[in-house]
Amino acid sequence: MGSGHRATFKNPVVNWIDERLPIFTLMQKEYGTFPTPKNFNYFWSFGGIAMTMLILMIVTGIFLAMHYTPHASMAFGSVEHIMRDVNWGWMLRYLHMNGASFFFIAVYIHIFRGMYYGSYKKPRELLWILGVIIFLLMMATAFMGYTLPWSQMGGWAATVITNLFSAIPVVGDSIVALLWGGFSVDNPTLNRFFALHYLMPFVIFAVVFIHVWALHISGSNNPLGIDVKGPQDTLPFNPYYTIKDTFGLAVFMLAYVAVTFFFPNMLSHPDHYVQYDPMVTPAHIVPEWYFLPFYAILRAITFDIGIPFTDIVFIPAKLGGVIAMFGSIALLLVLPWLDTHPVRSARFRPLYRQFLLLLVASVVVLGYVGAQLPEGIWVILGQVCTAYYFGFFLIILPILSRKEVAKPLPHSINEAVLKEQSLKAEASV
Amino acid sequence: MVRTRFLLSAAFAVMIAGSQAFAAQSEPQVLGGTPEQAEPAAMEKEAAPAESAAAEIPHEAAAPAAAAEHGAEAGGAASHSGGHSVIAEQSWSFDGIFGTYDRAALQRGFQVYKEVCSACHSMSRLAYRNLADLGYTEAEIKAIAADVSITDGPNDEGEMFDRPGRPSDHFRAPYVNIQAAKYANNGAFPPDLSLIAKARHGGADYIYAILTGYEEPPANRELLPGQYWNKAMNGNVLAMPAPLNAGQVAYGDGTDQSVDQYARDVAQFLTWAAEPHMEVRKRTGVKVFLFLLVFTGVLYAAKRKVWSKVH
Repeated sequence: MGSGHRATFKNPVVNWIDERLPIFTLMQKEYGTFPTPKNFNYFWSFGGIAMTMLILMIVTGIFLAMHYTPHASMAFGSVEHIMRDVNWGWMLRYLHMNGASFFFIAVYIHIFRGMYYGSYKKPRELLWILGVIIFLLMMATAFMGYTLPWSQMGGWAATVITNLFSAIPVVGDSIVALLWGGFSVDNPTLNRFFALHYLMPFVIFAVVFIHVWALHISGSNNPLGIDVKGPQDTLPFNPYYTIKDTFGLAVFMLAYVAVTFFFPNMLSHPDHYVQYDPMVTPAHIVPEWYFLPFYAILRAITFDIGIPFTDIVFIPAKLGGVIAMFGSIALLLVLPWLDTHPVRSARFRPLYRQFLLLLVASVVVLGYVGAQLPEGIWVILGQVCTAYYFGFFLIILPILSRKEVAKPLPHSINEAVLKEQSLKAEASV
Repeated sequence: MVRTRFLLSAAFAVMIAGSQAFAAQSEPQVLGGTPEQAEPAAMEKEAAPAESAAAEIPHEAAAPAAAAEHGAEAGGAASHSGGHSVIAEQSWSFDGIFGTYDRAALQRGFQVYKEVCSACHSMSRLAYRNLADLGYTEAEIKAIAADVSITDGPNDEGEMFDRPGRPSDHFRAPYVNIQAAKYANNGAFPPDLSLIAKARHGGADYIYAILTGYEEPPANRELLPGQYWNKAMNGNVLAMPAPLNAGQVAYGDGTDQSVDQYARDVAQFLTWAAEPHMEVRKRTGVKVFLFLLVFTGVLYAAKRKVWSKVH
């Protein structure tokens, strides 16, 4: 990286360092002059926003860890100590707690952007897969994070989620014992979750680095989904996208700050303020909001799968639910090979666009269903939306890849931008 | 280019100014000596502007998870056979993004807690020193703490001993442990109230609704001894008898001594107990938000300027 051609700098100190370690050349190349399609919309700000949230989570988390005690009988009290007695502790804690939610909001929008504009297609398959891995790591980190206050919410989430692994045939129970560090959710569980919760963000950071590296090899996709044809299609990253992304980040931060300071528990659950008691099962266990769609998919499989009209069961309902839940994320990993349509952007694929928006709607409904008691209409609604989710990836996308006729693509980004500008100018006249 | 530079440096200047204002104003808050906090109890019922849009305690599905409270712990007494719980939204002085606690109400609420609730309910996360937030002076807090006998020790001879409470002591719990609490309360454990306002859907509205929600059970419902009917409780049955009676607590400031008023005051006190830094939080939030809003405006201007060459 950065070897080979070097820029020269006026500042002799910078130049001296750069001759020995060309990090200024690297930054200049990757974030200064880096050619970036000139037609980004604000959806393209969310990668940088997610990156900022990651850093914010690491920084607030390190300071929280200085005051937190990872012990089953002291964890809840230490979080309250942070909230009450540590100077600005309430702010650190609320920033961290709501930061997790806003990190997920940013990442969900970022993933949607990738799907809408076909950013996962050739040559960005690895870039996309690295992104899905980041998403998986985030889910694991967030889950372990919200067990740490050792509240009714956290302790029972640990119980429910770790028990999922017991559905795995043969080795399931051993895996669960390993996760627990014993034979029930207890202090060893909390200790290892804390250790891993502190470790994982740095793993995420490393994968984000590789994700960005891969991005800087293939270059960014853009709302038209067509390749960059030459310098007339691009702008240098700085100042154009540094300023645009910073503005987008600031707008996002306004929402984050408003929730954190004015409605800090809006996205949380009252059970977070009751200390964990393994003898008292909450009437209704739900995960944090960002897991609700997957929780609904887990609970949608209410039936055993086997040979009809016999007692032979291949996949019991519990295992079926676990497979469906992990499968729903695993499908994202192979998305570049499920959707092989040559056109990337949904702008030129009206059918794909409609089915994708329907997928978004069904995920939102699944999120709502995940928060309800699993009875009556909610079970059926959850099953319908789960069926659509899998149908979208496994049936609709392969068919559309072969059959869908795309609208004509513009010849180049520059041409499309100029055309749009002249239309705008006409309209304003 | 010159104008761009100017805008960027303006953005930077706003950032520095903002951080300085933030740092400068944060100091008194750390010491807990802001004017509002120093002001004593004079401003009771300070017009509560009920900003309904901002009164955002999530409130739907009132307390499905809250069933664990008294009822469920009373040996499974709270079956789900009861009707719906009714929790009406109230207007509070701490509603909205500018809402503050009413110091007089907090003091009255503390009095109700001390004279009534504390017979069964602990509030172990609070220390007597925290009462400074309610407008009590140091001497008053020392006196309140000294009224309580705290078991301390062991001393040099290895013995536990009793001594008068100090401001640094946490509120003394009525029972030495959970078993003692359950034994004294028909098998039901009266929960610690330090966090109760955040541990129930509805918060202060929920507390007020429970305390004013006692009724005779419907004719077709037979209650077991030690069970009580409450229209706000999920399942309608709970193990706590109606705790408040009119005139039970003698207010010194001439405030109405009704169950309704007691319930309002204690709900406000418990909300403070669960979220003692709410006022600093909101004030900080307003500053952070306004700073960020101006900063966002400057960034937008800079962005327009930079992009004007392309558009």
